Amino acid sequence: MKILYPFVAVIGLMLFAFLGVQVGMDSLFGIVIPYLAFLIFIGGFINKVVGWAKSPVPFRIPTTCGQGQSLPWIKQAKIDDPSTTLGVVQRMALEVLLFRSLFRNTQADVYDGPKLRYGSSKYLWLFALMFHYSFAVIVIRHMRLFTDPMPFFVPILEFFDGILQIGAPTLYQSDLVLLGALTLLFLRRIILANVRYISLPADYFPLFLIFAIASTGILMRYFVRVDVINIKQLAVGLASFSPVLADDIGSLFYIHIFLVSTLIAYIPFSKLMHMGGIFMSPTRNLANNSRMVRHINPWNDPSIKPHSYAGYEDDFRDVMAEAGLPLEKELPPEEPVAEEEQGKATETPAE
Amino acid sequence: MADMKVDELGVSVARGPSLMTGAVPTKDWQEVPAVFKPGNYCYPAKASMVEYHSKSLPGLFGEPREWDVESDDWKLPENWKEIIINGMKERLDKFRSFKIFMDCCVRCGACADKCHFFLGTGDPKNMPVLRAELLRSVYRNDFTKAGKILGKFAGAREMTFGVLKEWFMYFYQCTECRRCSVFCPYGIDTAEITMMARELLHLVGVGTNWILEPAANSNRTGNHLGLQPHTFKENAEYMLDDIEEVTGVRLKNLNFNRKGAEVLFVIPSADVFADPGIYTFMGYIMMFEHIGLDYTISTYASEGGNFGSFTNNELMKKLNGKMYAEAKRLGVKWILGGECGHMWRVLHQYMDTMNGPADFLEVPKSPITGTVFENAASTKMVHISEFTADLIRHGKLKLDPSRNDNRIVTFHDSCNPSRGMGMLEEPRYILKHVCNNFHEMPENTIRESTFCCGSGTGLNTGEIMELRMRGGLPRANAVKYVKDKHGVNMLSCVCAIDRATLLALMQYWNPNVGVCGISELVGNALIMDGEKERDQDLRFETLPGMEGDADV
Ligand code: SF4
Ligand code: SF4
Repeated sequence: MKILYPFVAVIGLMLFAFLGVQVGMDSLFGIVIPYLAFLIFIGGFINKVVGWAKSPVPFRIPTTCGQGQSLPWIKQAKIDDPSTTLGVVQRMALEVLLFRSLFRNTQADVYDGPKLRYGSSKYLWLFALMFHYSFAVIVIRHMRLFTDPMPFFVPILEFFDGILQIGAPTLYQSDLVLLGALTLLFLRRIILANVRYISLPADYFPLFLIFAIASTGILMRYFVRVDVINIKQLAVGLASFSPVLADDIGSLFYIHIFLVSTLIAYIPFSKLMHMGGIFMSPTRNLANNSRMVRHINPWNDPSIKPHSYAGYEDDFRDVMAEAGLPLEKELPPEEPVAEEEQGKATETPAE
Repeated sequence: MADMKVDELGVSVARGPSLMTGAVPTKDWQEVPAVFKPGNYCYPAKASMVEYHSKSLPGLFGEPREWDVESDDWKLPENWKEIIINGMKERLDKFRSFKIFMDCCVRCGACADKCHFFLGTGDPKNMPVLRAELLRSVYRNDFTKAGKILGKFAGAREMTFGVLKEWFMYFYQCTECRRCSVFCPYGIDTAEITMMARELLHLVGVGTNWILEPAANSNRTGNHLGLQPHTFKENAEYMLDDIEEVTGVRLKNLNFNRKGAEVLFVIPSADVFADPGIYTFMGYIMMFEHIGLDYTISTYASEGGNFGSFTNNELMKKLNGKMYAEAKRLGVKWILGGECGHMWRVLHQYMDTMNGPADFLEVPKSPITGTVFENAASTKMVHISEFTADLIRHGKLKLDPSRNDNRIVTFHDSCNPSRGMGMLEEPRYILKHVCNNFHEMPENTIRESTFCCGSGTGLNTGEIMELRMRGGLPRANAVKYVKDKHGVNMLSCVCAIDRATLLALMQYWNPNVGVCGISELVGNALIMDGEKERDQDLRFETLPGMEGDADV
């Protein structure tokens, strides 16, 4: 069920767009929905980030993944346990660009003894990198459609993406890598027992959705002819707020653009917001300098005071005097101070 | 003490049906209720304890009452759901970490097999991601649009008594060790989520006694053991006799509550009470005497450990505040802290923010070496290992490491100093100078990847012994590895809770491996002025090479 529902949902979305275009709702799918999705995305994204930013970071709680700054002759792990902004920037860059934490991943086994064994496990890191980078390349390649003239780096990227020069039109490696990575991520989710167990429909849905987007895109490019001139015209029109719809774009295109719209609109309300959250995670983006620099908590309540020393002494003045401990307020003079007692405690621990 | 014999438990961990061994539960986790049985939960807090804390922090600990975890009536207030949801809202507004950690998990599973409780129990809900989902599902239901619209499809569920039971079960099966956070691509720290969940549980009066009672003791007597001032002092002084017997030197500088001392020394109070912490304490004071440190120990601030941090921010702040208050009253220049784990997490990450600025203190400077501790410039608190490492580096300690030759030592990075402070090298530097046989445990089990003792954050209680032995298995197993390979017989650490919990853990899984603080080994190696020829260590065990002429 967890897998079936999201699968059916994606198929449903595709059918919806297909049928919609059949009955002539081209401008709804070609213009209105993309704009709407984009608005939802921008609004939702900002809303979410602002929502996060509204909550303060009261305490400095970085996870330290190496030696902190300490005595001058002790080598600090400047990136994994940064004490300066520069270190934090480096840490974040490694995290965002190279998925450093995932690179650390290990896998544990229990076997008779009982013994535990930890093996290095880098495939999630690899699949995630493959997925995110190919996705990024494809998104940038699409700028060819939306811009006129297109930025200089788009053709360069396209050149390298198609450097293997297979087939005509030239096969982009990013297309293959994306589909491959999606498949691997999906397989990982259903093969690894514990990952399968934690997965929700909301985890499969984006996988299927992106898979469908990539497939329709690839179909259009390599197999089913769509009118690229008209698509470019529409895309540039959309980007310049004066969209023009030609009649013969082909329904595959509408399915594609509807799925993309769904994805874009879905982002702010789902786990896909991790793209924003990663930058704001307090365990990663803070310098570990909380003993060096004072950090302010806006809601700190100064009225919370420790049980006072005076109260403590009031409670224990007799025994303190007896034990010869210094007092702020002496006992009344008539009470003699007994000799200090030696001996082991008789109290029992709290346990 | 433990319910299960070691082989039984061993077989159960390695072959029992659990997700860790490949037996996948047939039901979705949302459909598996938490079932309480004697031994798998901590006893609820006594009414008197709840009442005590509620007096100074009203509204944070719920209704004082006697209740039974196994019963279906926890005597919750009528509006308990509302209290929880409102409490959640309040905390979402107070902590960005909480909000982001609720929103960003992609359930990639990178954290799944990183938790010692999952490895030891195989219980899926001990995977950090699912532990967080227990709370996150309610968050989605009440605080997100997707959850409201899509419900179960988006992983949302309503707050029910069943969910509350799960929270109690699994947020008291998390030691807030942060190991999961190291591996998460977004740094999602389940320890933070556990802290929030525990705050919420306390709001409706669902707390455990082994946390609230030590916290009450800390508040009233200064230390979690409830040692009254005279007992605390006597206990500490009693050790002077033992030290004299071993070294022939009578220490003169141990003193309490003395105004005008240069340094206030705060310890985890277990170090003056229980074996093996007391040997660590001996090590501290021998070293201070050796270097002539002008220090005092307070009976009022006689606990560094902070049991409040296992309940909520407010109590944590309240208990922590005593150290600065006492430093001010005594007029010391700076504060030195003993070997304690969560004490240091609180000191390092929260203290200055909660109870600072410590502008009545000076930036710590070692009076012996002149080193200024820049890394403690604001908090004005130095860790004893930093202090000792600096002394050794400057050749201020006369050491004979061969006196620890009967010890083949390994080092347990306690979670809080390693993953909360980033203190990894100082203890190792000290160890390498005070003993000749030091071996590291395997790479994936030390430093930032260190495994928890399995009984921190108020889980160090007898009624859940099996759970503790399961949770401690990864740690014990790594020790066993070096025990088999190098004959390790001593597990050193810089945490008082560890000294208590690892001892039980070693006795269970690795008999014959002892547990000690780093300072104990320093004390053994230290060549004191005017000492006699030593033939025993601080535990009155005969030193190697001295077997013949030990005066019995
Ligand atoms: S590693 Fe982080 S993102 Fe992945 S499942 Fe665990 S908490 Fe979620
Ligand atoms: S903080 Fe530690 S105990 Fe808690 S879930 Fe993470 S690894 Fe497990």
